[in-house]
Amino acid sequence: MIAQQLLNGIVVGGVYALFALGFNLVFGIQRILNLAHGAVFMAGAFTAWYTVVNGGPLWLGFLLAMALSGCLSVLIELVCFRRLRRTGDEEFGAIISSIGASLVIMTIAQRISGTRIVRFPFDTFPIQIYQVAGLRISLLQLFMAAAAFALVVVMAWFVYRTPWGRRIRAVTENARAAMLTGVNPNAVYRQTYFMAGALAGAAGVLVGLAFNSIHYMMGEPYLLFGFVIIILGGLGSIPGALLAALLFGMMQTLTIAFLPTGLTNAVIFLGLFLILLLRPHGLLGREEAGQLRGRR
Amino acid sequence: MLEVQDLAVSYRGIRALRGVSLNVAAGETVALIGPNGAGKSSLLNAISGLVAKAGGRVAFDGADITRASPWSVAARGLLQVPEGRQVFPGMSVQENLLLGTTALGARPATWGLDEVFAIFPILRERRAQLAGSLSGGQQQMLAIGRALMGGPRLLLLDEPSLGLAPLIVRQVFRALAGLKATGLTILLVEQNARQALAVSDRALVLEQGRIVRQGASADLAHDPAIIASYLGQDEAHAGGG
Ligand SMILES: Nc1ncnc2c1ncn2[C@@H]1O[C@H](COP(=O)(O)OP(=O)(O)O)[C@@H](O)[C@H]1O
Ligand SMILES: [Mg+2]
Repeated sequence: MIAQQLLNGIVVGGVYALFALGFNLVFGIQRILNLAHGAVFMAGAFTAWYTVVNGGPLWLGFLLAMALSGCLSVLIELVCFRRLRRTGDEEFGAIISSIGASLVIMTIAQRISGTRIVRFPFDTFPIQIYQVAGLRISLLQLFMAAAAFALVVVMAWFVYRTPWGRRIRAVTENARAAMLTGVNPNAVYRQTYFMAGALAGAAGVLVGLAFNSIHYMMGEPYLLFGFVIIILGGLGSIPGALLAALLFGMMQTLTIAFLPTGLTNAVIFLGLFLILLLRPHGLLGREEAGQLRGRR
Repeated sequence: MLEVQDLAVSYRGIRALRGVSLNVAAGETVALIGPNGAGKSSLLNAISGLVAKAGGRVAFDGADITRASPWSVAARGLLQVPEGRQVFPGMSVQENLLLGTTALGARPATWGLDEVFAIFPILRERRAQLAGSLSGGQQQMLAIGRALMGGPRLLLLDEPSLGLAPLIVRQVFRALAGLKATGLTILLVEQNARQALAVSDRALVLEQGRIVRQGASADLAHDPAIIASYLGQDEAHAGGG
């Protein structure tokens, strides 16, 4: 039973990782908390749903969701953050402007869906359950885990193994010095936001499939989860966010399975609180990462 | 090659540069010396496009770059090695160097990893190590190497000897002399006037945002006023070689 819940937790955690990694990447590079990230996630779920109900295959919906969420994320950077950054005072301003963007996107989704919960058609994903060593795992869960794993691997490869990723890391560490080596940070920001949005969009589709429930507010709890995960993992740390997402997913499924409903969040957040008491900068965080930028 | 005319820089109304003009010709090494706060870094950063210009004009190879972005200035081969090295501490030595090639764009490379390792062998040994784990002197070498990887046509160096032990300073200046010998054009900002004058062809003295003296480095090194302000009697005898 515990093993079963751990397995479920890993699947959920993988989806959380997709969501949180982009959130974290953006925070790492600009010290901006993009509170519209949940709305981008929701837009991805709606895009895939729209594609499927209009007769498109799921894989196409998945790709379109990633593309649209990626573009939406880039647009948010352009509209909400770019001008604000020139003031040098963007940390708090960005919170407000991204809440604004989030409200706009959610309102559009609310209008389109008529405030209804929409669902994928019944046969969108084949229902198949496998029994392995006493554990039950559905084809959908396998797909979620595989998709999350593949996307995380591709993202990590891009960030750590390609010249573009090298520029992302350089701008994250020291944007001024990166400019002196010929890096155009605006191009790097575009790539980063696209990647963050595309991952969130993918997470949105997976969550939409898993719970078969897509609605305009669905991103909001994930924003809180994302927030918890990047703090738990260590602000700006990619491996930290991965670890924290899996841990958070497992804590959640375990508490939901074994504790009364009213207690689950209390226990999860108590756990987080204890972890942060022991490791104030997160599991893999570095001391300086949590500080707001000193230079004006 | 580089023409700076009447350049002014202000930080919220406070003037850091008050009309600085200078030229650097191809193949030259020009030193810019001056005390702390004179505006040396402001000058280099204004040339590189990092700080806004309150007035004046900068041209490189005949092209006006007064309003160019820092990355497009770098892409022309006008590369700055900033004060305090500013290597990327969380990236390996090799990655720092490879990042330097960003400035190349479509230009052909003039320095590769092997050439950089040839002048700074310690970087080859440490190539897989994180840049943040290097000593100050090694980071300075890395910062210079990173700029070389970008195919510099003119190298701007901001106080490469800052905070380094005398032995390391000599090592860095030997490397600069080697770069000069390859025909590279260099604008060197220094507070270490002795070494800067020794390695350069020409020098300018910047004080309170203005050029107050200029001339051949060999002449300035023997100028009593320069000796009094920048070289100091004791040191003048101590550092003969
Ligand atoms: N970012 C900044 N904001 C405000 N004042 C600055 C800034 N950078 C430099 N200054 C001021 O401009 C003057 C010149 O500084 P700088 O160019 O760094 O001199 P140097 O490199 O010769 O030591 C100094 O008075 C310094 O305090
Ligand atoms: Mg300076």
